[in-house]
Formats: sequence, C-alpha cells, structure tokens
Amino acid sequence: MVTERELKKLIEQVMSDMGVNEKDNEKQEEVLKAVLDKSGIDDEDILDITTIDLKKQLLVEGSENRDAYLKLKEYTPARVGISKAGARCKTQNLLRFRADHGVAMDAVFTYVSDDFLKDWNLISVSTMCKDKDEYLTRPDLGRKFDDETIRLLKEECDMNTQVQIYISDGLSSTAIEANAKDTYDAIVQGLNNHGIKVGKPFFVKHGRVPAMDAIGEALNPEVVVVLIGERPGLATGESMSCYMAYKPTVGMPESNRTVVSNIHSGGTPAVEAGAHIADVIKTMLEQKASGLKLKL
Amino acid sequence: MKEDILSVGIDIGTSTTQLVFSNITIENKASIVSVPMISIVDKKVIYRSEIYFTPLLSLTEIDAIGVKKIIEDEYKKAGIRPEDVDTGAVIITGETARKENASEVLKNLSGFAGDFVVATAGPDLEGIIAGKGAGAGEFSKEKGTVVANLDIGGGTTNISVFKNGDVIDTACLDIGGRLIKINKENSEITYLSEKMKQLVERIGLKIFVGSKLDKSELEKITNKMAEILEEIVGIKEPSKELELLITNHDLRRDYEIEYLSFTGGIADCISNQPDNWFQFEDIGFLLGKSIKDSKLIKEKKILKPAETIRATVVGAGSHTTDISGSTIDVSEDVLPIKNIPILKLTEEDEKLSFDDMSKVIADKLKWFRLEDNKQLVALAIKGLKSGSFKYIQELSNSIINGMEEIINSNAPLIVIAESDMAKVLGQTLKTQLNNKKDIVCIDSIKVSDGDYIDIGKPLAEGKVVPVIVKTLLFNY
Repeated sequence: MVTERELKKLIEQVMSDMGVNEKDNEKQEEVLKAVLDKSGIDDEDILDITTIDLKKQLLVEGSENRDAYLKLKEYTPARVGISKAGARCKTQNLLRFRADHGVAMDAVFTYVSDDFLKDWNLISVSTMCKDKDEYLTRPDLGRKFDDETIRLLKEECDMNTQVQIYISDGLSSTAIEANAKDTYDAIVQGLNNHGIKVGKPFFVKHGRVPAMDAIGEALNPEVVVVLIGERPGLATGESMSCYMAYKPTVGMPESNRTVVSNIHSGGTPAVEAGAHIADVIKTMLEQKASGLKLKL
Repeated sequence: MKEDILSVGIDIGTSTTQLVFSNITIENKASIVSVPMISIVDKKVIYRSEIYFTPLLSLTEIDAIGVKKIIEDEYKKAGIRPEDVDTGAVIITGETARKENASEVLKNLSGFAGDFVVATAGPDLEGIIAGKGAGAGEFSKEKGTVVANLDIGGGTTNISVFKNGDVIDTACLDIGGRLIKINKENSEITYLSEKMKQLVERIGLKIFVGSKLDKSELEKITNKMAEILEEIVGIKEPSKELELLITNHDLRRDYEIEYLSFTGGIADCISNQPDNWFQFEDIGFLLGKSIKDSKLIKEKKILKPAETIRATVVGAGSHTTDISGSTIDVSEDVLPIKNIPILKLTEEDEKLSFDDMSKVIADKLKWFRLEDNKQLVALAIKGLKSGSFKYIQELSNSIINGMEEIINSNAPLIVIAESDMAKVLGQTLKTQLNNKKDIVCIDSIKVSDGDYIDIGKPLAEGKVVPVIVKTLLFNY
C-alpha cells in the first residue's frame, strides 16, 4: 500500500509531466483527495455500456452530415458509424463488443429463476439433459423426456385440450424472463376471445424446440405452442421465439412448424406478438395444419 | 405476395385541372418467421390526363358540370371504371378552393373517386403533396439534406421543406402566374387579384384593370415576386411585402435550405423563353424569367423535379395513401370511414395515472363534440414502445372509461396508436367490452391534433388498412 506521501510525490510527478505548474498546491491537494476518496471503489455511477442504444450512437467525428447518418442508423443495430483508431477498434467499441458478448453468454448459461416460476405458479420439468454443458453438447437429449417426467406431465397437466402452451428456456433464459409472461397473457386473451380452450402451462428446463413433439404425443392437444429463448446474438440477449405445430409427432419434418421469432422490446413487442400468435393458432385449428401447409 | 391498389389523383387548381391514375404495390417484406410487415414497395403513375384549363363560370364560381365532364371523359379514355378505384385524392387547390361552390364541385365528383378519397386539402397539405410528387421528399432522404419545393401555380405558391425525408416546414404565398390577367387582343389588363392591387400600390406602379399592357411595369411586379421568394427561403431579409403576400403563415427559417425545386405551371416557364410573352394572357412567363434571373437560382442548388406542372396531381394520386401497421384489429363492416377528426392525447396526458387519463379523454371528447357535433372521433395515442400486458389492460380500461360517450353510441370505437400495439390493444378492448362493440384499432400511424383521417377497407387478407391522414393545420 502506498503512503500518502508517496502518493503526493507521484501526483506531483504526473502533473509536471503533463505540464501543469508543479507549484499549484491547491490542484495537487484536489487530486490527492479525489484519489484517496476512490479507495473504496464504488461503481454505482458507472454507466452500463450495454444500455446505450446503438441505433442512436454515432461515434464518427466530423461527419459530413450527422443527421443523415443517424437517420440511416435507425434502420439497423449493426455496428456501423463506430469510427476507428488507426486500423483498430476504438476502446468504447471493444468494451461494448465484449459486454454484449457477456450478455449473450449470461443469457445462455443462467437459469430461469425459481422466483419467476413461483410467481407464475408453473410446474417445472426437465428434458434428459443433466446440466447446461450436456444441454449444449447433446441436442438429441434436449428433445427427450424420461418416463418419469412424461408420467408427471400426464398427471399434472390437461389431456386432449385444444391448445397446450408451455415455456422453455432454450438458449436464453433472459428472453423468457423478459417476455414470456406478457406474450402468454396476450395469447390466452386472444384465444379466449375466440372461445378456444387452453391447457395448463408448464416450464421445461434444458429444452430444444423439438421437445414440443414429445409433449404433443404425451398430452395430445390439437396445437402445441412453445415460447422458447432464442440463441442470443450481439444485438440482444432477450429475443424469444414462438414455435407452433398442429398435432406434432416425434420425428415429423421441421417444415410442419410455424414460428414467430424476434419477440423482444427492440423487435416485435411481446404483447403484440401474443395477439398475433392467437390469430395464427385460430387459423391452425381451422385449417388443421401448421408449417408450410398452413395458409396464412 | 404482392398486391396492387389502384389510386386516382384529381387536382382542380386555379388554372389547370388534371388527373392521374397510379398503381400502388404493397408487399409483405417480413421473412416467413416474423410477424408480417406489409409496406408500400412501389408507386407507378399508369395514366396521365391532358392538362385542362379549369372551367370557370365566373371569377367566383367553378363550372362544376364542366369539371365533371373532364373527369368523366378521362376515366373513359383511361378505360377505368370508378368502381375499380381503391383509393386516392381529389383536391381543390389554390385560389379555386376559395370559390363559392368548391364543396359542390367535390360532391359532384365523389362518385368518381371510389369509396375512399380525400375531399379537401389546406395550403399546407397541398404543398406537401406537391413536394412529394416532385420527389423532393425522397431526394432529401437520399442525400441527407434540406430541400424546399416551391409549387408555383396560377394563384398560389405552396412551399414545403423536407429534411432527411421528413416534412419540417410549410408556407403559402399569394404568388402565381394568373393573379394578373391580360387580354391578348387589345393588350389591356383584365384582372388583378386583391393582393396584387395592394402590391402594385406599395411599389407605386400604374397597373389597374383597363390599363394598357406595359411589359416593363409588369416585370417590376414579377421581379418583386421573385424577391419575396428569395426572402421566404432566407436569401434576403424579410420585408413588409413578404408579410403582405403570406396567406397563412411564414416559414420558420431556423434551418438552412440547400436545394430548391420548382413545380407547378410556372416551373415550366422558368426555362422556356417564349416568342410571345403573353400567349396565355397572364404573367406566368414573366414570373418564370424573374425567377430565372433571381438569386434563387444563383445561390441555391437546384433540384430537377420528377414532375413539374403535374407534381400536385401525381402527389395526390401516389403519395397521399399510406398503410397501417400489419398487426391490427378492425371490425371490417364499419369500414371505410372518412373525415374522422383526431383527438390526440399529449405526451403529458399519457404520463398521467390511468384514472386521470380517462378524465382527460372524456374532457377533450366533450369539446370535440361541441365543436362539430359529429358522431365519429378517433382517439390517437403514442403508447409505450414495448408495454407490458398489464399496461395494455389498464390503458384499454382507461380508454373505455374516457370514451364512454362513444361506447354508448352506435359509433365504432376508433383508436390509433403510434407504437406497435394495435392488435393486442384491440383484442383487449373487445374483451373488456364483451365483444359487443365495433372496434377499429390500428397502429404505426402518426397523427396530430387537428388532423382528419380516412380509413379504407382492409387489404392483404385483412392484415392492413389504407389510411389517408389529412393534415389541415401543420404543427411542427
């Protein structure tokens, strides 16, 4: 630990290097005080760099027409107009890139919290994956359930309903916590308006999309709907998809699925997506079809 | 999957009457895995009428039957039946709108314009329509610049200023080619508009009805007009004469105009040097020359417009129709609806508690209905960009409480949101009203207080509705 004296000397040195008058005692004291105050570091006031809206941030200095550039940037969250330092990225961009990557990693590796499931009163089951590592490396296990789980679902959930909706973490737990409840509520309201019956919802941990086929075979609803976290990118970790299938069966072609993706605050708002999904489900029930066979 | 909409534009101006038919193409641009996003992908003028002199019965009356005949004949020539037309706009512009029987003329034409048509435009909207028809709006967006379009017709000059594709300012002046008329035969002045009489007096000229044609005297007037145009676009200090010729309001001039474009009949007089300056018995060519010699051309960059004399009619045909967001909730049977006044909540209103918001809505609704005892009012809100389900529930409830008077009447409940939320809001309103009320809930449409809106029958299998927003008062 440096003493105050050493620190003072250091500051004196730095200030004279910077060309500040070294006799300026007042300034030295000021700096010393500021440095000492920071000993117990508090990062409360530090801006969370991921909260900056990339569409509104233009880092190019002295651009010919700033307004027009910003207008173009409204169309994309891509990293354009970020300037550079020589051949390299600017510090701020590098930090942002890493922070966004961190957000994506978090979205994949965290779990949907127990509080979230408790508040919603969802029962939770898991696919055959033991942990995140197995989930990521064994996609085949992420679509299967053991006999015990199937038995539990059959006991706890509604059999043979018109629509069975469930929630699954997929590759982003963040997406589920941010959107699933709002989308679910909007879907159910829309379906109720149409007089369509909805089974009791539940949660599937370590779920891949085709797990819905096993669910379909177990509970036998007409339509299975899963709200599932999308693989996060560097633009958002909160994007959720809704996959739907009419009477899905294990091993059916992927083209039998209907999907509404990009549900998040920067894409399709959760509630508006839910209202749209309700109408899509209604059409599925009418046409008794999903995926490419469905005419929307 | 593309879908074509046939749109008509009819412009009955101070000096000319014209018509165009346009094909507007809409398409779902979203990928198969997304919520639909239908947008206008192409606008093409497929038929242009001849340019007719607007038939007048007298200085204060339009020849309604004459106008109707022109339109009838042009429909026949184009091979289009009135019932084929999906949307469009009939506008009476410039001085013609001030004629005694303007509304009667429109009524006469309503059968030709399909189900869904704008009836009148104010000078601000006319200017915007002409600017869009000229391509000035599009150009400003592409180049990221500020463009002012000056639509100089027979009676008025409508100015619209675009920045990066958005309209940022408008103005209207009593400057035009036919404000002074001349008899070719006996070379006498036959007509001076009121404002021209005042302007003549201010400059101290001897031009009056019956006076002999004197080209140099008339040039002094048209030079003055060009000077006033220099003033309004900020090249020269504003003078008292500018004030005199402003019909509604001035430009703000708190921005720098980089490009000017000229449309309207006079645009064609700027480049042409005629053999006979008075072949049309007016001061159009002189005004064109004055503009050509002015600082307008020398000090600003000039954008060659896509249309000149046809800018307004092309704008009316191709650029007045917009489409709503693609997730909406509408009771199809009540559409189309026309000329619906907008009750817009302010941003402050939307920040209030939901109870207070209801009260504000109810209050505003009251004075709305006092004003023009109409049954239909559309409530417009901005809405949260990504609100929760709870927010939508409370908002819906607040709207229902505030719009109680509408709920209890036979009129449909019309809600227009700026944010993408119409489908869920519409479904929520329906649920809360037990599915017993006709609802028209659309989004992605920006409107202001004082606007009127037309909403047409759904397109693209009911996913979107065509919308025309009529901005009568331009508030920036």
